[in-house]
Amino acid sequence: MDLDKSVIGLTSDEYVFEVESRHVGQFATAIGDDNPLYTDDGYAKESAYEGLIVPPTFPIAMNDGKVKMPLQLDHRRMLHGEQEFLYYKPIRIGDQLRCQIKVRDLYDKEGKSGKMQFLKLDTEMKDEAGELVCISRMNIVYRAAKN
Amino acid sequence: MIKDWVLEDLTVDQKLEPMMKPPITKVQLAQYAGASGDFNPLHLDDGFAQKIGMDGVIAHGMLIMGFLGEYVMKVAGKKARVANFKMRFGKMTVPGDEIRCSGVVRRTYEEDGKRWIALDLTAEKVSGEVVGSGSAILQRT
Repeated sequence: MDLDKSVIGLTSDEYVFEVESRHVGQFATAIGDDNPLYTDDGYAKESAYEGLIVPPTFPIAMNDGKVKMPLQLDHRRMLHGEQEFLYYKPIRIGDQLRCQIKVRDLYDKEGKSGKMQFLKLDTEMKDEAGELVCISRMNIVYRAAKN
Repeated sequence: MIKDWVLEDLTVDQKLEPMMKPPITKVQLAQYAGASGDFNPLHLDDGFAQKIGMDGVIAHGMLIMGFLGEYVMKVAGKKARVANFKMRFGKMTVPGDEIRCSGVVRRTYEEDGKRWIALDLTAEKVSGEVVGSGSAILQRT
């Protein structure tokens, strides 16, 4: 079944994600990203970030594995087409961020193999004061169901 | 590998020194799966990947974005923050692939009293096949 516009605006429950040092280290190591901004306190303090931060794609790892998506999707039809991060404040080790997934947009396009749908899912991350820290925006191509 | 860029000297259309990553390994895909929480067997289990018509496991697209993220942070150095970073996924990558990250200065401008640099980014295989194309916006301090 195709999705319809009524899914726009649906949200998941909010969950709290704690940014842990070991997790950030494992993430940077997997990529092979040895930037001292993630590990060297003195270096990071002198930088534009004024302290240690996390790798720019780390927000993708900020799922607790339990949160229920705001809508039902067939994973076999999903293709992660594009990813965007909008950064408002630095993410720091020890942060407890309040995260929520929202359906930002849904639109159709005619493709070679029939109608394709495009879904934009935002994960918004806010600090304890409720201020926006980061948005992780996933653009998903939702292919037509095979009959 | 990458020198400290003098950000104020960057000019439009300037090509930035590329960064070569070592070949992707299966161990790396396991590490990335653990760290990112993406345990899709397509990235870990050759048998599974072959069952759905692939030659073997493929790399996480987000790992490639991680490489470009590493590159962007190296270009930004100590003097800029990254405000926006995006990537469109291209061709698939497999263990053994060596990825080259490169960038071009698209625009330098002032807005809201701040100085910005917009970059176009490319991740490609040695063969020249593009595996990710994207952009980033840096805010200079």
